[in-house]
Amino acid sequence: MDEIFGIPAPLLFGQLLLGLINGAFYAMLSLGLAVIFGLLNIVNLAHGALFMMGAFVAWMLLNYAGLGYWWAMLLSPVIVGLFGMALEKLFISRLYKLDHLYGLLLTFGLALVIEGVFRNYYGSSGLPYRIPDQLQGAWDLGFMFMPVYRGWVVIAALIFCLTTWLVIEKTRLGAYLRAATENAPLVQAFGVNVPRMVTLTYGGGVALAALAGVLAAPIYSVNPQMGTNLIIVVFAVVVIGGMGSILGAVLTGFTLGVVEGLTKVFWPEASATVIFVIMAIVLLARPAGLFGRA
Amino acid sequence: MTTAFDRRSLIRGAALAPLVAALPAGAGRGARAQSGQTIRIGVMNDQSGLYRDITGPGSTVCVRQAVQEFAGQRGIAVEVMEADHQNKPDVGSTIVRQWIDRDGVDVIVDVPTSSVALAVAGICREKNKIFLCSGAATSDLTGAQCSPNTVHWTYDTWMLARSTGGAMVRAGGDTWFFITADYAFGHALERDTANFVRQAGGRVLGQVRTPFPGTTDFSSFLLQAQASRAKVIGLANAGGDTINCIKQAGEFGLTRRGVKLAGLLVFISDVHALGLQTAQGVVLTETFYWDLNDRTRAFTRRVLPNMPGGLRPGMAQAGCYSAVLHYLKTVADMGVAQAKADGAATVARMKAMPTDDDAFGPGSIRADGRKLHPAYLFEVKKPEESSGPWDYYKLLQTVPPEEAFRPLAEGGCALVRS
Repeated sequence: MDEIFGIPAPLLFGQLLLGLINGAFYAMLSLGLAVIFGLLNIVNLAHGALFMMGAFVAWMLLNYAGLGYWWAMLLSPVIVGLFGMALEKLFISRLYKLDHLYGLLLTFGLALVIEGVFRNYYGSSGLPYRIPDQLQGAWDLGFMFMPVYRGWVVIAALIFCLTTWLVIEKTRLGAYLRAATENAPLVQAFGVNVPRMVTLTYGGGVALAALAGVLAAPIYSVNPQMGTNLIIVVFAVVVIGGMGSILGAVLTGFTLGVVEGLTKVFWPEASATVIFVIMAIVLLARPAGLFGRA
Repeated sequence: MTTAFDRRSLIRGAALAPLVAALPAGAGRGARAQSGQTIRIGVMNDQSGLYRDITGPGSTVCVRQAVQEFAGQRGIAVEVMEADHQNKPDVGSTIVRQWIDRDGVDVIVDVPTSSVALAVAGICREKNKIFLCSGAATSDLTGAQCSPNTVHWTYDTWMLARSTGGAMVRAGGDTWFFITADYAFGHALERDTANFVRQAGGRVLGQVRTPFPGTTDFSSFLLQAQASRAKVIGLANAGGDTINCIKQAGEFGLTRRGVKLAGLLVFISDVHALGLQTAQGVVLTETFYWDLNDRTRAFTRRVLPNMPGGLRPGMAQAGCYSAVLHYLKTVADMGVAQAKADGAATVARMKAMPTDDDAFGPGSIRADGRKLHPAYLFEVKKPEESSGPWDYYKLLQTVPPEEAFRPLAEGGCALVRS
């Protein structure tokens, strides 16, 4: 078999595919963040904690209510989304007139509290969650052994990202959302209930995080710090893509997943750092991000 | 009230937040710290991250148990404090310096994460205090970086490497690939295991160093391991990293294709988190198992009501109990004033006295600070073999203390040469 830069080609293809899978998680999380930042101007540091909650709710549904994976895909985003809306109504909505920093601090605090509560009751080692029976097994692609479930993750993430993008760019609701981002008082003057729309948007962004959490539950161990590990990377993804740019968030998510995957082959030690190096370079060259408007 | 004022104070608050988080619990008692004849024990470990369940609050519970059993009877006043070092050497060093300088702490206990433990060992030596290490693994604590103020209690990388590594090679796993957590512990564990593999006639085909902490997806690394065609993948990591590796190796069908996973450091709480379905067949080494004999079961019954989340105590936590119990016996023997005055002298006395407790049975402490007790090679049971909750291990082999740990002469410890 041929080699590319001293790495056997099959290994390289495998890594590209794995990078794409991790990119799917980055894309889904950064999408929610971008939507929330775009409309609410809130840097939602609680996103990782809500992603974790999504996975935990899936586990709870299975163990306390006997509802399996597919029910969790439906119910977990709804439950966590409602929780998010309560957070928005109770806390976050009080900060819209203030500097970004307040929202950042508040959501950071909320993240610590949520994680602390789960850690207190469920410990840090995590809980097992089985891959659903329909998605068990693996395909032999020749160059690698591809678990069916991972394939499903990529497809599901693409569908959810595309749907969100379509809703925001192509529907009347999306038009209201975008208009409210530009000039909220004017949209309100036309009779649109902007505060409610904002609450629903936050709930929607949070539901996306919870959905990503359900997708992640069978792959990673369901533990309270699973969001913390991802959220910083996801923020870098959003910054690179351009704050508030939805398409940017999705494309950057997948691309950086692949870049990270390749780094794991060529220089594994740097794989946790590479995204931040890219972020620094992008910020120097294009402060508004690759897809952002200055 | 102006918002500008609020904002400024909030920003200041944000800047201070990491510092506040690093403050040990029980800080601010400086005034009365130096006074009296109270023994102060500082339990420092991971209270919030991936090593929380293998050490964390469970270790404090075990320390308190030892205090209650021994100090209570003898009328020795003991105060136990705890703190979270977040697996960061800088945070851990700050806490320990504050504990010793301001709060008058005499003994630091547990300290998982080898990089933090090495830093703590240095500070305790400098200040002539005592470091009873249970949670950390690196064999350097009793080797190149040994100290007259350190006792390394529960296990170390050499012991794990010899027991698990040796067993795998004997079973035919003669080609290895390592997935190694990229810090002091992972490097030490990989180095020690690779030595045994080579000595036993095996070959190491490669290794990959994974960033720590912060790696959650190990599939890339597992794929590299698979591409090397090694028969055994050595997991030179711990806690959540090991759990994710074992889980994802199952997902990518590595284990079904006959690749063996050597969990070089697996704790019972990891097995619990994985579930027997995923963890079955993993070979591992521990020095304590709750269901080993009547004494370990008795110990477990005593601490279980206080263990967080109903976890059974693991070896690192049991080690905290055992180490503190022996320390308190030494204090009773020497007198509180003398024990508080000179850490190195107290450790020397601890080495002179034989150890005995319910968790580890009879044992001793060697000149280099290494605690000696048997090591047990276990295999994780199949789901159908398990007869109840937490019935997870089959005993494969008991390695006697003198074989389980690195021979005194090979460690390169200056205390031994002198």
